[in-house]
This record gives sequence, C-alpha cells and structure tokens, in this order.
Amino acid sequence: MPMTPETDAAMSTMNDTAAPAESLYAKRKSVFPKQIDGPFRRFKWLVMAVTLTIYWVTPWIRWDRGPHAPDQAVLVDLANRRFFMFGIEIWPHEFYYVAGLLIMAGVGLFLVTSAVGRAWCGYACPQTVWTDLFQHVERFLDGDRNAQIRLEKAPWTPLKVWKRVRKWAVWLVISFLTGGAWIFYFADAPTLQHQFWTGQAPFVAYGTTFVLTMTTFIFGGFMREQVCIYMCPWPRIQTAMTDEKSLIVTYKHWRGEPRTKGLKKAHDEGMPTGDCIDCLQCVQVCPTGIDIREGPQIGCITCALCIDACDKVMAQVGRPRGLIDYATEIDCEAEMKGEAPAPVLKRLFRPRTIAYFAIWTSIGLAMLFALGVRPRIDIAANAERNPVYVRLSDGSIRNSYLVKIRNMQSRPRAMTIGIEGLEGAVMWHEGQTRDQASRALRIDVPADQVLKERVHVVAPAQGEARQDFAFTLRTLDEGAETAQDDETFVRPETGQ
Amino acid sequence: MAEKKRIDAPTGTQTVGHEWDGIEELDTPMPRWWVWTFYATIVFSLGYVVVYPAIPFLNDASKGLWGWSSRGDLHQTMDAEISRRAPILSAIATTPIEKLAAQPELMQAAMQGGAAAFKVHCVQCHGSGAAGSKGYPNLIDDDWLWGGDLQSIEYTITHGIRNPDEPQTRNSLMPAFGKDGILNTTQVQDVVSHVRVISGQEKPSASSRRGDALFQQNCAVCHGGDGKGLRDFGAPNLTDPIWLHAGDRETLTQTVMNSRKGVMPAWGHALDKATIRMLAVYVHGLGGGEATPVQAQVAAAPATATPAVATP
Ligand code: SF4
Ligand code: SF4
Repeated sequence: MPMTPETDAAMSTMNDTAAPAESLYAKRKSVFPKQIDGPFRRFKWLVMAVTLTIYWVTPWIRWDRGPHAPDQAVLVDLANRRFFMFGIEIWPHEFYYVAGLLIMAGVGLFLVTSAVGRAWCGYACPQTVWTDLFQHVERFLDGDRNAQIRLEKAPWTPLKVWKRVRKWAVWLVISFLTGGAWIFYFADAPTLQHQFWTGQAPFVAYGTTFVLTMTTFIFGGFMREQVCIYMCPWPRIQTAMTDEKSLIVTYKHWRGEPRTKGLKKAHDEGMPTGDCIDCLQCVQVCPTGIDIREGPQIGCITCALCIDACDKVMAQVGRPRGLIDYATEIDCEAEMKGEAPAPVLKRLFRPRTIAYFAIWTSIGLAMLFALGVRPRIDIAANAERNPVYVRLSDGSIRNSYLVKIRNMQSRPRAMTIGIEGLEGAVMWHEGQTRDQASRALRIDVPADQVLKERVHVVAPAQGEARQDFAFTLRTLDEGAETAQDDETFVRPETGQ
Repeated sequence: MAEKKRIDAPTGTQTVGHEWDGIEELDTPMPRWWVWTFYATIVFSLGYVVVYPAIPFLNDASKGLWGWSSRGDLHQTMDAEISRRAPILSAIATTPIEKLAAQPELMQAAMQGGAAAFKVHCVQCHGSGAAGSKGYPNLIDDDWLWGGDLQSIEYTITHGIRNPDEPQTRNSLMPAFGKDGILNTTQVQDVVSHVRVISGQEKPSASSRRGDALFQQNCAVCHGGDGKGLRDFGAPNLTDPIWLHAGDRETLTQTVMNSRKGVMPAWGHALDKATIRMLAVYVHGLGGGEATPVQAQVAAAPATATPAVATP
C-alpha cells in the first residue's frame, strides 16, 4: 500500500507492530477536514442554522406579561429567583419542573441514541456545531485541506503570521458573540446590552462573557475532537446505549474489501476487487480525523460526512451508493448473508424506543398537567419559638407567627388570611394593634412577590396545651383561589 | 545503586537506578507545564513578599510596598459602612420617635438596627427573644411597669431604672415592709393573702380581709386602692396574671418582706441617640407596644423616690 504523508495519520495503527519504540504519549495529530457537499452535509448546515439561530435570537424575543413582570420570553432571573419561559413562570420552590425538563432531555437523548446512535454528537452538540463553524472559517480563509496542511508546515513568515492572526481574530469574534449571547438569558437583553457597552453591566456579566469567549475559542479552535474523545462523558454513555438495532455509521467491509487502488490494472490482472478504491476521501472529510473503515469507534461522532464523501466516489466509479452508510448491526449481518435488511421504520419503532418515547411523553404530559393546575398562591406560617407563647395581662395567650404569602401571578392581588379552628382566637398583624384584631386579615400582595407578615394570634388561656388550627388564604378577586397551612397554637402546660 | 541508572530503550526515559527483582522504575520527568507552573509560583511569591506584609518580626511584620493589612481593610470597610449609614442614623436621631412610623424606610431601618443593638446590649437580661425571666421584665407582653408607648420606652432605655449615676433615672423604692419592721410576719401574710385574692389566685378569707385594710394603708399609695398599679411610680398591676418575680405565696412573701429593687443601666451614657431610638422602636414593635398618648407627654418619673412604691 503506497504511503503518502497524508495517509500515515490515518494508517498509524497499521504501523504499530513495526514501530520499535512506541511512546505511551501520543501527540495530537491536527485534523484538516476537507470540504464536502451532500445530503448529510446539507442537513448539518440546516441543523447548524437552526441551533445557532435559536441560541442567538431567543433572548431577544419579547413576551408581554403585563406591567409587573419582565417582557423577555426566556429569562433566568437569578437575582429575583424566577425562571420565565414564554407563558410559564417558575418559582424556586417549583424547581422540580426544571428537573423534569432535564430528565426529559436525558430520556430524549436515550431515545435518540437507541434509534439513530450518536445523532446528538454528529449534528446538534454545541461542541460539534461550533467546531464545524470554526472549520468553515478556516476553509474560507486559508483554503481547503491541502492548502491548510501546506500553511501549517510552512515556516513562520509574515504572511503566515498574518493568516493566523486573521483566523484567530475571526474565531475570537465568533467566540465573543457566543459568550456574550449567553448572558442575555439572565437579564433583560436590551438593557444589559446597553449596560455592557457602556461599562455599567455587573462584573459577573463581563466575567461570564470572558470565560465563555475563551472556552469557545479554545474548544472550537484548538481542542476540537479531543473534547469529544477525551473530555466528554457522553460518548461512553452512548456507546453503552447503542445496541445491535441502532443506526450507526458503518463501513460495509464485506462490500469494500479488498480495497483496490488501481481498478483497471486489478481487473486486467484478474485480482479480486472490492468496492473501496482506497481514495481516502472518507478519512479526509472526517472532522475527528479517524478512518471509519477500521470499524465503529469512539472517535466517530456519526456526522455522516464520510457517507457523503464515499457516495460521491461510488457515483464516480459507477457503484451503488452506501458503501459507508447508516446501518444497524443486524442489518449488516443480514446484508452479509445476502438477505434484505429490515425497513427503517421497523428499526425506529421497536420496544426499546417505544418505551423511551412513552416515558418521555408521560413525563412531559405529567408536567404540563401539573403546570396547568398548580396553585398560584401559597401561605406558609412559621411559629416564633422564642418564646413559644406570651401571657397577656388579661390572662389570654398570644402566639406569634411569621406568615409568608406568595402571589405567583404577575398582578397584585387582594387576599384575606383567616383562622380555621381555635375558637375565640383573633389576630392582628404588625401594623395594627390588638383592638383592631379580628379573625380575618385583608392584605394586598404585590405582583409576583412573597409578602412576609408578622401575625399575632390571641386565644383564651383555657384549652389544650397544643391545639391545631389552620391559617387559610383566599383571594378576593375573580380567581377565588384558596390555600391553607396547618399550624399549632401553644399554651402553657399548667394552664396557670 | 545509582550507577545502574540507564536509559530505558522503549520509553527513552532514564531509570532511577534501583532494581527490585528485575523491576526497575522510570524517572519520568515532571511535565513541563507543571515545572513552569512551579517556577511561576516562586516568582509570584517573591512579588508577594515584597508588596504584602510577609516577614514576621518580634513585635511587628514587614509592611509591604502596598501597605495593605487586613486590619486596615476592615477599617476601610467599616468606615465606608458607617458613612453609608450616617444619613439614615441622623435622620432617625432627629425625627421625633412617634413620627418615625410615617416614614417607612426610617421605620424599617430602625426596626433592623434596633434588633441588632438589642442582641448586643439587651439580651443578657431580657433574653434573646425579649421574653425576660424572673426579675427581668418580659418585653413582648402587653404589661408595662413604666409605660409601653414609644416615648416611655425611649425614656426608660435612656435613663435606666434606679441607676445611681443618672439623675433622671426611673426611680421608686418600695419599702422592705417586713425587714424594716413596718409590718409583722402575720400582717405580711395577710397582705399577701389579699394580693392573691385580687389576682384571682385565692378565695377571700379572714386573712385577706385583714390584709385588705393593711393594703389600703401601706400599699395603695403606689399600687392604687384596687391594686391595679400606677405607672408613674413603676408600680405593677397586682391584679393581672403577669408577675415580674412570681405570684405564689412564698415569692410574694419575700417581695413584701424585703422589697424588690431591680436596676437597669442608663443607656444614654453608653449609646447614641439613634441607637436608643432604634431600640425603643424595636421593643415597642415586639408585640406589646402601646399607642402614643394623645397629648404627648413624656412620662418622666420623679427624680427622687416617692416612698412606698412596690415592685412585686
Ligand atoms: S467517521 Fe464519518 S461519521 Fe464518523 S466522525 Fe468521521 S466523518 Fe463523521
Ligand atoms: S471514500 Fe469510500 S471508496 Fe474512498 S476510501 Fe473511503 S470507503 Fe473507500
């Protein structure tokens, strides 16, 4: 097999036995993926456009919530501890919705992985998307693979310095836009943007932008496939999740071998020929620099660019497409035996994927249901324990409570707090005096806030030492919601 | 041993020179990034020693070029905080206490400042929950010896109670009726019986009827004929269920025999006006505060003691 300098990166494993002194440390071999066009590449373009658009546009979408709440459609308001997502507002105590979303994301990945393998890695993962973007920049500025290799090997002339600076500058701009966009999810985007440029933004905004700019620059520009191969846990998990019925990118060796470089000569000499003409197109387009013909491997993110590359070659040599193709292990075996592979739909809908899908949808539906019926008011009383009770001069007993009333709607609401049980008890809040005491307090809770009210409850001394009662909360507007909190009224044991 | 050092062919690394049953150890050099980081920390530490206080002497340490010290840092932070609070505190100090409620921000600052000051100066006697204990008044109930409106409380905190160093202190001296021989033992018991009757703890008896007469002669001046007390003298209400010491026969006997003379510091000597005002607001807001009397008159206690004022 003739060896060019370009091949030995890919062929290095074949040389292993010959190498006399093998170092345990392998230096990274730079990857210069070649430009390719084809259906999968175009799909990748589409995914990149969609994901980047979502990332950059989302914080700028406005969503009217009335005068008392932010009008940003998606906002993680850390300062006020609220999470807004279009019509949904999540309070910190409802964080399980976010946990639910994460679980859905997890199960969703299981579902996708068991059906179509590492599709996430190949198309949608930010590491893939930004690396891909950076590689386009590279090809746009420095030319395709061969020109890049030449430039890499060239001595550091002023021209090379200029080219490097130019490339890194463009990368940095993209990285800055990436890191900078992130902060807009955490504050009102137009305001923060203005603050950012006028130097009035909080330090954390600049810090976050800087860190994310640098990580994007380094991960997308220099680390690239090393992140996937060495740093990311997901390939390991996914490797365990794929089974013999998952679609993965496969080189059909029974069709390709033996590889034949000079087809014509081989035919003339009557040698056996496979479909693979050993043109190495699949290796050259691979963004992680691997040779898929060695079999499925952890370095393969299933971006399917090698399928595009090989399909082109097959068209040129007049062989059917799909020497490298998405295929399941079972289908491969069937094809090897000359049987027809199962239809793709049957691969996609099988017990495992259906089970994942069922789990995924039921979590989603359960959360939607819970969101629909969740209460938008809440009351929680905390009894003061130092001291637990106070005897008043008329002999009655007073307990004090810190009552928190939550109004989770973005409009002010009038409510009443009442006492249920505890005969003869009356209460008043801190702004009142005992002669204003009654069994129900009217309060106005500002929009989207927790109101804390210190409430004194007075009851006759006669009664159980620990008597249960409840604070009730009722809205006075059209919503007519109610909530209640069970509490205990404490009296002196002796009753004296 | 060391002579056996050699270059290990497969790795190209030198060995350490030891050999155990044919097993040798590679002397793999530190990774370069590690070494450089190490050097960088040395350089950093040199700079650190120069600009920061670093070298200890007997009584002192080197000052460092930047003159930084953690104590100085604290001072700066404190000064900044003090000047930040100054306008609020002076506003509190110059606003009459009964007018504070009209300014919610001042009121809130006063509540919080009072709570903080209370934890420092008051909890030792009145307890962290301000519920007091035997001999130390409960500040969260609705019973007050010297008055429970804002001004009275502020006056009490400023001038203290029975404070020898403070001419305007709240003062009253209940005679030690038994010890000083004003009443004999039986008479003391009779008075105690009467007090227990008017506080609803006992049924009227012969003793209490005798005690009633004695009470009218000896105690009513301060506690009132009905025993409901008189705040001008800090004389407690003897008919309610709240006792500074206790309402049982034994404790009451001791009280009448020996009198009680609780004291409280005059905080006007130790704290500034704003702090005292904040403390008064806080104590008033604990749950038993009373409304300001219609004609705002400071319930100034007589500077000298009026005799025969009791504190049970
Ligand atoms: S082997 Fe093919 S599918 Fe896998 S990463 Fe390389 S180009 Fe993409
Ligand atoms: S692109 Fe296809 S034909 Fe070319 S080397 Fe790869 S597998 Fe063989």
